[in-house]
Amino acid sequence: MTATQSDFWRGVRDAVPIMIAVAPFGLLFGALAAENGLTPFEATLMSATVYAGASQMVGIELFGADIAPWIVVFSILAVNFRHVLYSATMGQTIGAYSRMQKALAFALMTDPQFATTEQKAEKGIATPFAWYLGLALPVYALWVAEAWLGAVFGSLIDDPAAYAIDFLLPLYFLGMVMGFRGRANWLPVVAASAVASVAAYHFVGSPWHVSLGGLAGVAVAAIIGVRPGHKLVV
Amino acid sequence: MVLSATAWVILAGAVATYLTRVGGHAVLSRFERIPPRVEAALNAVPAAVLTAIVAPYAVFFGLAEAITIAAAIVLALRLPTLAMLGICWALVWLLRQAI
Repeated sequence: MTATQSDFWRGVRDAVPIMIAVAPFGLLFGALAAENGLTPFEATLMSATVYAGASQMVGIELFGADIAPWIVVFSILAVNFRHVLYSATMGQTIGAYSRMQKALAFALMTDPQFATTEQKAEKGIATPFAWYLGLALPVYALWVAEAWLGAVFGSLIDDPAAYAIDFLLPLYFLGMVMGFRGRANWLPVVAASAVASVAAYHFVGSPWHVSLGGLAGVAVAAIIGVRPGHKLVV
Repeated sequence: MVLSATAWVILAGAVATYLTRVGGHAVLSRFERIPPRVEAALNAVPAAVLTAIVAPYAVFFGLAEAITIAAAIVLALRLPTLAMLGICWALVWLLRQAI
């Protein structure tokens, strides 16, 4: 086996725990996408091209609610804006990749992909392009296949509310929010977003609670600022 | 092949997402250091947006939903997301039958 091949397989081994963690959510996305009116093709297209779980869930939540297309795109953009920070950090770690390799590596950069790459680099373990692909490709293939599977089987459920499936999406988002709790400014940000969102929902109406609530949280974070040495990823 | 309106929105979302993935390296890496307030704001975006989506479910959607959200917050402190999701799924289903 060449060094490149062994790097690739080392990446595949590192991908196993990520695949176990991600697998249920890939299926859940497909099923909820079908529930919100997406075809299996559209659900699979979204997993293959957007490839960012939380924002995909936000997207299908808004598709289900008859909202202007630009708001859907803007909301996906907002949820994925954290990638800007990952990208700035990871750009240094993968500085030795060629331009094309970087372009592909960034397309496959998810939260666990970024976190694993940075962990390895921090420990002084090499993160060559072959290893990066070995880590990324099995997770990507699983995610895309599951969207199709979940959508095909999800569309067989005819009354989602009867099984409380309609409430899985907000619970999933809540789980994500709680998962961020180790981050700088978490409590003031979440408190400000929650209060502003509820007020906007009541006084302005849906879907403006998403943008106005989000904006309030971000503004609070900017006002507080951040101490050096905080955690970027939990 | 004719793409649906939904498919076009998905593709636009994909382009926006790719820009966030390359953008940090392309733009922020030109700065010596990201201003702390900008970094704090960017870092807060996902929690802020997701909270804004969830909050109305705790207030405007009924008692079963409000109780489940409260339970989910407590459970998420102790359990992995998937376990919390399973328990709260059962809980909201039961509460909707009971209330």
